[in-house]
Amino acid sequence: MGHGHLSGRPSLLRADADRGLDGEARERAADWSRNLSPSYFPGEYSQSILPVMSVPLTLLGLLERGPSHGYDLKRDYDTYFGQGKPLRYSQVYATLSRLARDGKAAPGPIEQGAGPERRRYVITDVGMADVEQWLAEPAPPEPDLQSELFAKVVLALMLGRPAASYLDAQRGAHLQRMRELTDLKRGGEPLTVLLADHSIYRLEADLRWIDHTAARLDTLSKAVQQ
Amino acid sequence: MDRPHRGPAGHALKGGAAVTTNSAGPTRLIEARDLVLSFGSTPALRGASLGVGQGEIVAVMGPSGSGKSTLLHCMAGILTPDRGEVWFGAQRLDTLSDEHRSELRRNRFGFVFQYGQLVPELTAEENVALPLLLSGTRRGPAITAARDWFPTLGLDGLQRRRSGELSGGQAQRVALARGMVARPEVLFADEPTGSLDSVSGELVMDLLTAAAREHGTTVILVTHDARVAAYADREVIVRDGVVGTLTGARP
Repeated sequence: MGHGHLSGRPSLLRADADRGLDGEARERAADWSRNLSPSYFPGEYSQSILPVMSVPLTLLGLLERGPSHGYDLKRDYDTYFGQGKPLRYSQVYATLSRLARDGKAAPGPIEQGAGPERRRYVITDVGMADVEQWLAEPAPPEPDLQSELFAKVVLALMLGRPAASYLDAQRGAHLQRMRELTDLKRGGEPLTVLLADHSIYRLEADLRWIDHTAARLDTLSKAVQQ
Repeated sequence: MDRPHRGPAGHALKGGAAVTTNSAGPTRLIEARDLVLSFGSTPALRGASLGVGQGEIVAVMGPSGSGKSTLLHCMAGILTPDRGEVWFGAQRLDTLSDEHRSELRRNRFGFVFQYGQLVPELTAEENVALPLLLSGTRRGPAITAARDWFPTLGLDGLQRRRSGELSGGQAQRVALARGMVARPEVLFADEPTGSLDSVSGELVMDLLTAAAREHGTTVILVTHDARVAAYADREVIVRDGVVGTLTGARP
């Protein structure tokens, strides 16, 4: 889900509403979402749901370490950034071709020898400048607000369902996940700890939002049911 | 964490306390039943119940003013509830005399509070030895037992420092050693990392839980911080003076 897919604000809510509702409830949800006050959504909300990590720039960054075969890049990408979702070889080679076309990486000479790996790629000055710029540029500040969670709370309030207990269930699930991650950190490799910490802090941000929301359910409920 | 020097407190009783069992839950070492307590006309607890098993680490969460610290103070025998019961093994705690309760606190409970609350006139090792000294251990063995904790908690070399010469994280680790030195059966921790930065706080929680698990110490951990609560085996949440769970389990 990249930027721009969610530019129409109400569509986000409607997409979620359509999934879990039927009949009259869906109508009410749709009516409500059409009439949303624009101020209800912070401007950045719609453009910052789970931006995917830039694969080309990440591969380019790995390439800056030294000339590499596509295989090396894929292996290191999967190890450090894959999070259980390895890159496909075709994606790696297609990306390298595009980087070469755009002058950010240059293919080395065809190498003698067996095996499918015929050439290494080398990063160019333009490529290095890209990496530098990418690293220096802050990522869009993400409100740590999961679209589904947000939609559930709003819908629960709108429909007069027990939002507080939904939030409690979510809180329990978040805490359970934090406990697993905390266990994972115990005796974990530094990179595992680093990654687990990142997840923990994001979950914590969600939890703070959950706590804050839970404390204001009455007010929110009035606002939503107006 | 092998500790040859034992204070007089705790170990003879460790595991020896008759424990109430509840068919619906694990073996309870300490239990609050339906506690009610008001400060003047302000109710703090309105029927709070919590059972904690031997060796269990339970996080007590909840918003400010929800009554979580009051619950901890009642379970530790620092406060007496207006109504309800506190059981420690087979012993009812809330009806004990002040003297007996403070003896229990000294010998079988340990405490860590938000601001280490070290005695500024004493050195770090004297602070750690304090619970042993107060329960009658002679100074020599008490200090020796205290010193055993310093390497374990990464405090080597700081034995003679006074609290003003310690960082916040170091002071809190000294406070943790003090809480554990008498080998308590229950460690009560009230926002033990509340005054620390995240890295120091994480170290304190790593050490606290490691020490508790090593010694089989039951921990009741009051915190509003989810990252701290994640070190516990389970969490309960106090709202408006009543204990609830997030998972549907019994509190």
